[in-house]
Amino acid sequence: MKTQQIDQFAAGVSEETRHAVYDGSKVGHEKRTKVLFDHFGAPDRLRRLAGEIKQHVIENLDTYLPAVEARLAANGVKVHWASTAQAACEAVHSILKARGATRLVKAKTMVSEEIELDAYLRERGIESLETDLGEFIVQLDHDHPSHIVKPIIHKNRAQIAALFEKNGLGAYNDDPATITQRARQFLRHKYLEADAGLTGANFVVAESGRMVVVTNEGNARFCLAATRCHIALVGIEKILPSDGDLALFLNLLARSATAQQLTVYNEFILGPRAPGQPDGPDETHVILVDNGRTDVLASDCRDILRCIRCGACLNVCPVYRQAGGHAYRSVYPGPVGAVLSPLLLGKRFPEKADLPKASSLCGACNEVCPVDIPIPDLLLRLRDKAHTEGVPSPGTPPMGAWALMATRPVAWRAALAGGHLLNHLPTSLIPVPALRAWEQSRELPPWRGGAFRAWLKMRRKPGTGT
Amino acid sequence: MLHSGRTPVVGRRVQLMATCLCDAFHDDVAAATVEVLERLGCEVIFPEGQTCCGQPAFNSGDWPSSRKVVRHTAQVFAGSDPVVVPSGSCAAMVFHGSLLEFEREEDLPAIEALAHRTWELGDYIVNGLGITTWPGRFDGAVALHRSCHTRGTASSDAVALLVGSVAAARLVEFGEGEQCCGFGGTFSVGFPHISSAMGDLKLEHVRAAHPDVLVSGDMGCLMHLGGLAAREGAPLKAMHFAQFLRDAALRA
Repeated sequence: MKTQQIDQFAAGVSEETRHAVYDGSKVGHEKRTKVLFDHFGAPDRLRRLAGEIKQHVIENLDTYLPAVEARLAANGVKVHWASTAQAACEAVHSILKARGATRLVKAKTMVSEEIELDAYLRERGIESLETDLGEFIVQLDHDHPSHIVKPIIHKNRAQIAALFEKNGLGAYNDDPATITQRARQFLRHKYLEADAGLTGANFVVAESGRMVVVTNEGNARFCLAATRCHIALVGIEKILPSDGDLALFLNLLARSATAQQLTVYNEFILGPRAPGQPDGPDETHVILVDNGRTDVLASDCRDILRCIRCGACLNVCPVYRQAGGHAYRSVYPGPVGAVLSPLLLGKRFPEKADLPKASSLCGACNEVCPVDIPIPDLLLRLRDKAHTEGVPSPGTPPMGAWALMATRPVAWRAALAGGHLLNHLPTSLIPVPALRAWEQSRELPPWRGGAFRAWLKMRRKPGTGT
Repeated sequence: MLHSGRTPVVGRRVQLMATCLCDAFHDDVAAATVEVLERLGCEVIFPEGQTCCGQPAFNSGDWPSSRKVVRHTAQVFAGSDPVVVPSGSCAAMVFHGSLLEFEREEDLPAIEALAHRTWELGDYIVNGLGITTWPGRFDGAVALHRSCHTRGTASSDAVALLVGSVAAARLVEFGEGEQCCGFGGTFSVGFPHISSAMGDLKLEHVRAAHPDVLVSGDMGCLMHLGGLAAREGAPLKAMHFAQFLRDAALRA
């Protein structure tokens, strides 16, 4: 039987990469659990509350979005709407062009990966430099992030040291502190030379128009401090109702993402520098990006829009740990990506309809999700969608014959009896591909079809026991 | 996967859903389930027309096929008696999965009615009947594999309570207990590489704890882990907790 694409990918992952991904995810998950349960008596109640708040927001986006736009505008922010990736890239470009800007420093934003901003700007002669250490390494290596929070989880420090050496960032040295120091020295000048800074936003508050950006390296702050123009790329689902909600969400985000009580740098951004304020950008632009999100909203999988991009579901996922993020062929890997990535494709859903299959439906993702997204249920709905749309799925056993038997008790009992052939024939002669896939690595127990029914009958015959 | 809206247990007559895996491979688990329930004074009815809970097609995305089987199951298990299942996975299919695929179906109420009176075996014994200790003894270390479909349900705690209450039985923890064993039904054949890697890791953790037996409430997990271990030439002593409880009581 042909196996699924992600399984084939996983089989080809090097031991080195698999260990890097496995160990990084496992440690991340274990630390997260410890810090959540050490600090909170009932973290599951917090997860559910946060989930309800985000669900409320996405179900009322039609009122929250205009409210956010109005607050942002009142704060002096220029608001742009981008319905597609192309439109979002164009919006960034036109802002830069209007200022004659050619050098952009970027903090980490998944939306920029999603819209492939880097390539778009490069083609138009604009340098767009990643300043998050992990993203910087990804960019240097012409690679792709394989994790939402830890983009280079698939690399080890020897690989990074070699990469730095190749790119003229000092002789080979795999000491993490040295690597960081060298990146910092390189980037520091770049901030000062840059014309504009680009960030994402972890949250945008409807009540105040406040944007929140969290980093552990302070690079978003440098992007904002060193340049006169701030551009924020924001997915339309990033809204929270009130400033007070930030207490809950920042506590959950830091713990779920990196097992910290609080991320090191939390930027609370209201807009451009007000008259009399000593620093800050002259211009603040917010680009609200749809790029398929309203289609997700219209689907029965809209709960996935609660996601706050913490990566906890990746860390705990046994499939992610074995296959790594690149197996998902998407900006968003792991369980959240398996739901979001095919949905964001809209009509091109079939291209990634195999991703929702890449799960044993173990439910660990839901158990750790800080906004309690029922990821397994959504994966199942997408499997139904793929089947309904007739997307071929190599590796999924056909179910028609099974359903026929399982609705006819006589046929079922005949199959139970007939299955005894399994005990006498070599697997290669049995025309069931799934059996052969099973037996690649596992023994099948002896067929005992009907034995329980016979036992029960014997036992219940008058005079033969109970 | 909380099991909400459940009908309270009245009386001790139950319908046994033996599961297709026990029907085909693990007859002794179904027999042990009958014996355990009867020891508790239950009258066990076995509806002969039963086949499968519908989960293979449900997980494969073939919901129309799955719904046919679920409808059949709901007919076979008519009435008001609790339906008891020696599998966390099949039980979750009945009380959670089937509701998902019947969300927009006219006969949802009939499916819901079955969901509300369906119990995983351990959950039924502890939370349905209020039994929290088990007679007999087992001189040794027991590793409990929590099957994934009991996440968020009362089943894992119930099984641990019963198994742990057996005299001289010592529960041993093993690493990464929250991780899936890699079975996942059709996942095991669609993703054989990842599935086996997950299983090998589980075996490694279990073996490091040196249990005398691995006990679980789902034969899917044990069939997969046992199959891997057997192929590696290092068979694993593993059993369903119904077998464990039945055998323990015989040593009373």
